[in-house]
Parts: sequence; structure tokens; C-alpha cells
Amino acid sequence: MLSIKNLHVSVGDKPILKGINLEIKAGEIHAIMGPNGSGKSTLSHILSGKAGYTVTEGSVTYQGKDLLEMAPEIRAREGVFLAFQYPVEIPGVSNIYLLKAALNSIRKHHGQSEVDAMDFLTLVKGKVRLLEMDEKFLYRAVNEGFSGGEKKRNEILQMAILEPKLCILDETDSGLDIDALKIVSEGVNSLRSSERSFVMVTHYQRLLDYIKPDFVHVLAKGQIVKSGGAELALELEEKGYSWLEDNQAAA
Amino acid sequence: MAAIIASRYAVEYPNITKELCGQTVSWLQQQRTEAVAKFAEQGFPTLHDEDWRYTNVSAIEKKLFTSALKIPTSQIDRNWLKSYQLKDAWSVVLIDGHFSSELSELGGLPEKVFVKSMANALETHPELLENYVNKAVNDNEHGFIAFNTAWFTDGLFVHVGAKQCLAKPIQVLHIVTQQDVLIATRTVIVLEQMAEAKIIETFVGMDGAYLSSTVSEVFVGQNADLTLYKTQFESEKAYHFSGSYVKQEQDARFTHHNYAFGGLLARSDIHTDLGQASECELNGLYLGIKRQHIDSHTRINHLKPHGISRELYKGVLDDRAKGVFQARVIVAEDAQKTDSQMNNRNLLLSSDAEADSKPQLEIYADDVKCGHGVTVGQLDDKSIFYLQSRCVDEETARNILTFAFANEMVDKIKIKELHDIVLEQVLSRFPQEGVNKEWL
Repeated sequence: MLSIKNLHVSVGDKPILKGINLEIKAGEIHAIMGPNGSGKSTLSHILSGKAGYTVTEGSVTYQGKDLLEMAPEIRAREGVFLAFQYPVEIPGVSNIYLLKAALNSIRKHHGQSEVDAMDFLTLVKGKVRLLEMDEKFLYRAVNEGFSGGEKKRNEILQMAILEPKLCILDETDSGLDIDALKIVSEGVNSLRSSERSFVMVTHYQRLLDYIKPDFVHVLAKGQIVKSGGAELALELEEKGYSWLEDNQAAA
Repeated sequence: MAAIIASRYAVEYPNITKELCGQTVSWLQQQRTEAVAKFAEQGFPTLHDEDWRYTNVSAIEKKLFTSALKIPTSQIDRNWLKSYQLKDAWSVVLIDGHFSSELSELGGLPEKVFVKSMANALETHPELLENYVNKAVNDNEHGFIAFNTAWFTDGLFVHVGAKQCLAKPIQVLHIVTQQDVLIATRTVIVLEQMAEAKIIETFVGMDGAYLSSTVSEVFVGQNADLTLYKTQFESEKAYHFSGSYVKQEQDARFTHHNYAFGGLLARSDIHTDLGQASECELNGLYLGIKRQHIDSHTRINHLKPHGISRELYKGVLDDRAKGVFQARVIVAEDAQKTDSQMNNRNLLLSSDAEADSKPQLEIYADDVKCGHGVTVGQLDDKSIFYLQSRCVDEETARNILTFAFANEMVDKIKIKELHDIVLEQVLSRFPQEGVNKEWL
């Protein structure tokens, strides 16, 4: 699904990622953990195509294609979805408008006709119920005046409707109370399938109690310093990140 | 020694007086004589006038537009007119500054409501009109007012009796069909106490240069409620001036929506005086493309305690267009507990576009809540990326965000037919690739 090889990324002259290697197969869930400033968010931004970063070395291949060559909207239409750490408020554009525009862009990209209006509403309303949201949200402007939890839930709603192949969750945990976290996690879990992969970028281990990863990677100072199974997350919770950073410094 | 004459229009004036309305009304004749003398002395405003420092109207003097003659109604393209005329409304159609009874639709008005052309009202109710003409504004304000008092050929008189609530809106259409002409009309709107009405002023012109000017004097009685819409779609070579001067009595509510999309040079004044506990809401959307210059001037005068005012003007400016927003809120010493909020937001789509914004607060009372804010900026990169990450290409994202910015103001229109006309006008002025209006 996704193959990251020796990826080096800078912002201006400052190197942020310094040789990332990561293989993600269809159906797998990978958690990327690490302290603040380790480059976690840069990794999710570079995968989704945000401007302002320079790739100085290495490659990212998605479903056999060069991901870095694609415009952000092409990546999205090809099935890459970023759930934002800070979802953007867009006054004047309703949620339902954005969902419909997005879904039809994907369909057009794959040579399909526009979605039928009734089918679309049925689909959207079903997902709204899944995430225990109020239908009124659909007609409100995108994220405008939403609480932190509502914004995150809205991201997962979009994900559920667009059915991406590669879901990147950037700090979905932060800013959520435990009830909201459970709902969001159930939403994510309902989307798990052998065809769909997840990259969960998180500072907190708590999210992984609800969405069990297959692999955990620790990012520190722009490199993956340790990889393991779900049990690594528990070890991190106990010991913190410093022992790994110290190891890295020693090496 | 003859006085220096500041305007060539004043020299032409004696030749056009026979075309004017209200010739037998002596108080009006006197007002006109005084106004033309004042106008001859001062002419149109110049950049030296503080309220006109961003808007240069000297081209109007250079062009020397001539007075429009009445043309037969048969020359009007009815289909074209219909695209602006609401079906479910009473309407008054003014063609080149003259009332057309054939094109107007005034059947079934309630008994205590009259809607007449100004020329007709001056014949039937001259004493009543004397109470209103030049009572909400005066010729000293600036040259366009004196000019209007002297030159107006016709216009509209609306009088809504106490407790009358109009079931349908009233629309006055100012249509210009001729080139190189000047149009001046006067409107008087009176709502007696507890009355409610919605009135729409629509300005449309065929191609070509002309001067369209109108002055509206508006009286909102005690606890009455008036919503006034102005939709300005003048031709792209036109010069436009329109001013609404409003007096609100105690507890009166006045809402104004100002859609200024047309004209090469367009200026609007909205001035309102608030009585005790009266409320006003001023909304505006100005769209400028090519070399358009669009100036919105507002003045909110809190004279008595407990008044509330809300103002939001948004501008979208592309190409070499220029938008001007000058707004003043004055809180008199007696106007304690005033609650006032003024905002102006501008979106610049090109590096050559310009927005001049000058909000002013003048507060003489000590227990008030007043605020103002101005923003001038481009489309937000974060929003564009967010839409891209949701499959929307960059160009479409820009178009959607531009419409979304403007649409907040279009959405304030509660009359469906009017909403659709205005939305169509917005869409026609900017690239709409990828924007689906049904979803907006």
C-alpha cells in the first residue's frame, strides 16, 4: 500500500525528517508515536501533500505510484485521507456541500457518474448516526463554531463517507474527552478492513487502548528509533520517550 | 458681479425645469430654487471633502450628461425587465427617471397603504409630502443631495399606515435605457407606528455611460419595522449615487441590505438616526471587478439611550477594482447603554485590487458597548489545502471559498425570489467553475 524509503524532508534549511523507512501493507494499522518536535506531524503533512516542505532525498510510493508527484487533491481522490489535527473552519461552505463535492470528485476521478441525491442522503445520514452526531451538523458551515470534539468527529464522518484506502489520523486523540474518544474510535474501528490501512500519529498512548495497532513506531529527532508490536506502546507509557532518545544519542 | 458657478450642470438647469414634477407645489419650487443655487455654488463633492476623500467624481462634471427624455414603454424589453422584477411583489417601475404605469404592478394594496409615483403623489398629497421631503436629509450634506432636490423628475412615495403589515414586498425598479443621460429621482418612505414592510430598490441599466442618482428619505415610526434592500446592478460604465437617509423613532427597527455590484463608479450613503431603544442592522456586499470603484458610506447616529446597531460589510475585489468603506458610529452624550458593533471584511483576489476602509467611532456617552473591526486579506491557504485534501482541486477551492465569503451576505436575504436574483448576479461576476449554486 505505502512504501516510504529513506525519506529526508526539510523546512527551509532545517532538516526535520532524516531518513524514514516504513512499509505499510493493506489492512495494517501503524501507530507513529514520539515526543513533541520529533517530526510526526511533518510525516502526516508530507503524505497528504501540504505545501512548505522540501523532500531532499528518498521516495514515497503509494499503490505503485510516486505519491510525492501527486497534487493534494489527486492523492485524496486516489484514496489518501488526512484527518487533521486542527480541522479548518470554512464559513459559508456547508458540511453537506463539501461531502458531496468530495465524493463526486472521487467518482469523477474513477470515471463514475455523480452520486444520486437520494442515495447520497441515505449514505450520509447512516454515517451521521454511526458517529452519534446531530443531522443539523450537515447543514452547518464546515467546522464553524464546532467544539474540539465535534471537529474531530466531523473528520471521521468525512472519512467514513469517502471510504479512503489509506487513512492518516493526525493527533486525533488530542482534545477529546473519553466519551468522544470512544465514539471516534468506534467510528475508526468500523472502517477497519483488509483493504484499508491506517497511520495513526499520536503523542498519547490512550488512543491505542481503543484502536489496537499492528505495529508501533517511535519517531525521535526525525528518525524511527524503535519499532514493535502493540506492546511497545505500553512500554512507552511506562517509561516515557527519554530512554529511546538517550539510546539514539548513544548510538 | 455674477457668482462663480462650480458646475456646468447648473448652467443647463433652466432648460430642463419644464420636465420636472411638482411644478404647482410652491414649497417644492422654493426648495428647488434654493437647492440649485447651493449646487451652483458648490457643485459635486471633491476629494477635499472628508467624506469623499477616496472617491473622485470629477468625471461626472466632465461628461456633462443630459437630462433623459421620456421614452415610450413599448421600447422596453419586457423579458429583460422580468429578470429583475419580482413576481410576488408590488412594483413601481421608473424608466429613465419617469414612472411607467403599464410596467408597474400595484393592484390589491391594502386600504391604509399607498404606493405612488412621486410625481403623482405631489399632485394628490402635496401637504403630506411637505412633512417629509428634505426632512431626513438636507442640501448642505453634499452636492449630490442639493443636485437631487433640484433635478428629481419623479420617484416613489410609500406610506404605510399604523399597524399595517404588508403581506408582500414593494419593489421599486430604477431602469436606465438611454446613454449619456442623467437620472435623478426622490423616494420617500413612511412607516407609521407598528407598521411593517419590506422594500426593495433595484438599479439596473442597459449598456453605456449615464448618471443614475437617487435620494431616499425614510421615516420609521415608533415600534415599526422596515427592511430595505438595495440591489445595484448598474451597467459597467455607469455612474451611480444613491443615498438612504433614515429617521428611526423609539423602538423602531431598520434593517438594510446593500448589494453593490455594478457601475464604473458607484457610491452609496446609508445614514440613520436612532431614537430610544431603536435597532438598526446594516449589511453590505460589494463586488468589484475590472476597474470598478465602489464606495459605501454609512453613518449610524445613536441619539438616545438603549439603541442597538450592527453593521457588517464585506467586499470582494478583483482585477484593478477598488472598494471603499467609510463608516461612522456616533454615540451622543444622551445615548447611554448603546450597543454597537461594526465590521468590514475585504477579500482581495488580485494584487492590483484595493480596499480602503475607515471605520470611526465617536463616543460622547460613558456607559456604552462599542466595537469595530476591519480585515483585508487574500484567500486563506489553510482553507485551500483543507479543501484540496478533500479532493477539490485548487482552482475550484478558490472559487468555492470566494463564493462562500460572499454568500454569507447573500444568505441574509429572506425573500426567495430576490435571493436567487442576487445569487445569480454574484455567480456571473466571478469564475464559477466547480461551484454548484444548488448546494450553496
